[in-house]
Amino acid sequence: MRRVVVTGLGLLTPHGAGVEHAWKSILDGKSAIRPITAFDAEGFACSIAGEVPQVDGRGHGAPGQPGVFDPEAVMSAKDRKRVDDFIVYAIAAADEALADAGWKPESEEDKCATGVMIGSGIGGLGPIAATALEMQEKGPRRVSPFFIPMSLINLASGQVSIRHGLKGPNHSVVTACATGAHAIGDAARMIALGDADVMVAGGAESSVVPIGIAGFLACRALCTDFQDQPEKASRPYDKDHAGFVMGEGAGIMVLEELEHAKARGAKIYAEVVGYGMSGDAHHITAPSEDGEGGYRAMQAALKRAGLQPSDVDYVNAHGTSTMADWIEAKAVERLMGDHAPKVALSSTKSMIGHLLGAAGAVECVYCVLAIRDQIAPPTINLENPEQETALNMVKDKGEPMRIDVAMSNSFGFGGTNATVVFRKVD
Amino acid sequence: MSDTLERVRKIVIDHLDADPDKVTEKASFIDDLGADSLDNVELVMAFEEAFDIEIPDDAAEHIQTVGDAVKFIDEKLAG
Repeated sequence: MRRVVVTGLGLLTPHGAGVEHAWKSILDGKSAIRPITAFDAEGFACSIAGEVPQVDGRGHGAPGQPGVFDPEAVMSAKDRKRVDDFIVYAIAAADEALADAGWKPESEEDKCATGVMIGSGIGGLGPIAATALEMQEKGPRRVSPFFIPMSLINLASGQVSIRHGLKGPNHSVVTACATGAHAIGDAARMIALGDADVMVAGGAESSVVPIGIAGFLACRALCTDFQDQPEKASRPYDKDHAGFVMGEGAGIMVLEELEHAKARGAKIYAEVVGYGMSGDAHHITAPSEDGEGGYRAMQAALKRAGLQPSDVDYVNAHGTSTMADWIEAKAVERLMGDHAPKVALSSTKSMIGHLLGAAGAVECVYCVLAIRDQIAPPTINLENPEQETALNMVKDKGEPMRIDVAMSNSFGFGGTNATVVFRKVD
Repeated sequence: MSDTLERVRKIVIDHLDADPDKVTEKASFIDDLGADSLDNVELVMAFEEAFDIEIPDDAAEHIQTVGDAVKFIDEKLAG
């Protein structure tokens, strides 16, 4: 099989736009959780989220603020009418990743060798809800011709492909909160198998909308405590964890066949060496209590990578700040055995919340940056660990250490699990 | 210039983000103003809302220019 490396990164997170700004905020241990601005959340048991800070004041953004996102710089207001926010976010992060990779296919051959694989957990939930209400009030003839193309999940891949002339595989993943990790793993496989030489892969989400918050509240997944101290609300592994906090944004990677990257002198961040998948076959929203689904995904990813658990230096955990946190951590501990004290583990969701379909992709980007900078990002708000563990639970600030191999776990409703493993390239 | 023409021009300029100088009576939404077929559908919906009229699909297909829209709307309003 052909080898696949990461040559470009793009991030748009609740910390803001741009990989370097978002990454620095993570290493500094800053929470991006604030009161919701996208709508009036009074009357919702959860009224906080990690929103992308924007120049118009959304997400507590302001012009000139470091990392503030200006959607106008990505698309005109007229064009933004045709897309939901998750697509705007995907385009912004894909633009950054492609520019970072220095990959701008001009020839027909290069265009056909470059594909897109961007997923989303829920896609255009906002317009679906708003259009349903409008139709109820005004009838079917008032439905916008842009409603369907702005809401469909695979239109993130479609729009990025149209914008950059990318004519290779055009695909999309929908596996709830495992979407971003599956998208990167699947895209890497497409390159390994020769379907493409370059893939723009990742996830995007914009579900901080009334029905999104109400829906996750109804399945008792969202945090309803700490509403007056939002920065404390996402607290994986802490005994006071009380559910996840929703985030929004996008994470995108440019993946590339190793020789293709070398031939054009591209900067190589890391190699995608392992990818493992599994199903829990257990429950629609809860993981099985023994964590064996996640365990098998990690095991499969290491097997594919030809690595031993003792090779792993850092694990970016799924860790959503729910009852499932320790199920996963204990599965990691079991897998690592005697090596556990040498494995750093953290949940970056403690700072940006849970970006659902974008989470896995954003966290894969953090893993790659951890390898680049030889530093493990922290978990914040871990004041009183709910359980004991032999693992190195990195807290509060980034911890410099040797990181050759980093692993990212993402698990989704329906019992779907994905693990992606990255390795330093010498 | 008729009142209808001015109102139609304003809707077209707003929806297509078009250069006002190009939005003449003869301007074709698709050929001259950068619209696509979905923009046309949206424009027709905007005319319906603004003038409180109904534009059937078969009539909408023939509304390709600013002038076409003005003519249809004026006829419709005249009853």
